Amino acid sequence: MARTLAEKVWDEHVVRSAPGEPDLLFVDLHLIHEVTSPQAFDGLRLAGRRVRRPDLTLATEDHNVPTVDVDQPIADPVSATQVETLRSNAREMGVRLHSLGDVEQGIVHVVGPQLGLTQPGMTIVCGDSHTSTHGAFGAIAFGIGTSEVEHVLATQTIAQTKPRTMAVTVNGSLADGVTAKDLVLALIARMGTGGGQGYIVEYRGAAVESLSMEARMTLCNMSIEWGAKAGMVAPDQTTFDYVRGRMHAPTGSEWDNAVAHWQRLVTDEGARFDEEVVLEAAEVTPFVTWGTHPGQGVPLSGSVPDPAELPDTGDRVAAEKALEYMQLAAGTPMREIAIDTVFVGSCTNGRIEDLRAAAAVVRGRQVAAHTRLLVVPGSTRVRLQAEDEGLDVVFKDAGGEWRGAGCSMCLGMNSDQLQPGERSASTSNRNFEGRQGRGGRTHLVSPLVAAATAVTGRLASPSDLPTADTATA
Amino acid sequence: MDRFTSLTGTALPLRRSSVDTDQIIPAVYLKRVTRSGFEDGLFAAWRKDPDFVLNRPEYDGCRILVAGPDFGTGSSREHAVWALQDSGFKVVLSSRFADIFRSNAGKTGLLAAQVDQEVIERLWADCEADPALGVTVDLERREVRFAEVVAPFEIDDYTRWRLLEGLDDIGLTLTHGAEIADFEANRPAWMPSVL
Repeated sequence: MARTLAEKVWDEHVVRSAPGEPDLLFVDLHLIHEVTSPQAFDGLRLAGRRVRRPDLTLATEDHNVPTVDVDQPIADPVSATQVETLRSNAREMGVRLHSLGDVEQGIVHVVGPQLGLTQPGMTIVCGDSHTSTHGAFGAIAFGIGTSEVEHVLATQTIAQTKPRTMAVTVNGSLADGVTAKDLVLALIARMGTGGGQGYIVEYRGAAVESLSMEARMTLCNMSIEWGAKAGMVAPDQTTFDYVRGRMHAPTGSEWDNAVAHWQRLVTDEGARFDEEVVLEAAEVTPFVTWGTHPGQGVPLSGSVPDPAELPDTGDRVAAEKALEYMQLAAGTPMREIAIDTVFVGSCTNGRIEDLRAAAAVVRGRQVAAHTRLLVVPGSTRVRLQAEDEGLDVVFKDAGGEWRGAGCSMCLGMNSDQLQPGERSASTSNRNFEGRQGRGGRTHLVSPLVAAATAVTGRLASPSDLPTADTATA
Repeated sequence: MDRFTSLTGTALPLRRSSVDTDQIIPAVYLKRVTRSGFEDGLFAAWRKDPDFVLNRPEYDGCRILVAGPDFGTGSSREHAVWALQDSGFKVVLSSRFADIFRSNAGKTGLLAAQVDQEVIERLWADCEADPALGVTVDLERREVRFAEVVAPFEIDDYTRWRLLEGLDDIGLTLTHGAEIADFEANRPAWMPSVL
């Protein structure tokens, strides 16, 4: 029978299936960080259990680590306790951990792919909702809760009811200056934050096929923001080229065996999805959010919507509340919104291509006088690569701040936070009230829009800037 | 988790109904990094009153909590069950439990046994008259026994089986250990290992 990509990967991981029960799936890679794991490890200890497969478990410190003075003790006591607890748990249970200061440290969803541990056809879980990132390789990857983390540690399996499948087909190609981030923000605005609920989504079509691996990761990363269980892209030559040669990629004849298998991980001709959505890439333009959830977005060329014009009562009430929190008036052109802080980073847009794109925009220009530019690489490797390419100098010369790797201002668990009332343009994934700091106001943007915004001090795209030659003259 | 067959101990009469999980353990006590030690948050607000029943020495060591109807409503926090267990409770008796609390309790090995409100009233009266009164909760026979009273309690068959066998979610999965081992033995050689 013709099957979808998701069904193939699912079927390959069923350890046990019984009527009326969720399937028991094998987990190929379990990623761990300091915030959602402490009680899972303690639960194991209390029950006298061990980590079943330390060889399939990888921990890194990311959520609340500082991005400055990383060689100093962590000042915040709660952060320090969580990080120290992860270190002692990893030691005791034999789990590989990349600590602050280690060259492989970074955001868990940047580190896995970078090490070549994320590969097509795998099942990957982590106590973090943005685990969907790894679906870019044609893996089934999703976030789990702390009790489930304990379950995976002890059994290397997870009990799951099979989700329905959805195809999101993006025809054509994205225009210059339009990124995967704009595409996914436009998709979420159309589908709503719950539109993907209960589905594994496969992103497909010419526009998706032409995306780089890093851009596919951005797309899959935000799957959770419209409620999907997971997002996937079928593996292809782009995928194989990315994985090949990485530290944990197969080698020799195992590489050939792997590729032969991965090439079969595509949705069969005639396979049926439970739901299908079609987008035209050519219609997507730089996209930004105006509200307090990722579905409240408009093209950068648009204006803050008038809640009174929204047809749905729930949307109207939500929009009124959002505009009050965001301190925005309906009808304000998005390009007139002044920004205090620009954040470039996160598991959504903290990879090397994102930093290159942002650097290319600010090169030879200056960050606006009233605006702060914070650049936080997604991993230490990304930081080193960027420094090798001189990107750190570009950002610093422009007046930006260059930091160590971590989740940072995406969720403000460390000291990188917005002040009450401050407004950010952020390449991260969530614009919830207070997410980036109590009282902070977030506009989600692509790295290109972020960089242009840093220069003008208002939401902008690179096409709004005078040419760099003029700027440097 | 431990097997539960039958337990005899003293009981704490909690004369309150609609005890929500914020009362069982307030949010401020949820910050710790361990799975144990949540006894410090149990009924924290009420314990500020020195006369609160849990503060009275004659009820030290109680393992059975006798509560009013609608016990465990509100937030889904698993910590509510942990706080009761960390304080030594093995059983909660009530005439009605909130669904999520009941489910969380069953998964973690706390017996949430549903008895008629008349039984609760009688237990309250008897335990107040004699804090040392022995109460037996017999899961095999689904009975509560104290003084001359023998009262049935309700619990669904699946949860009862899991408690009798001492199987938490992990224990349950590990009963399929052979199938997991089989699967592991047949994974393709190219699959990555972090070591």
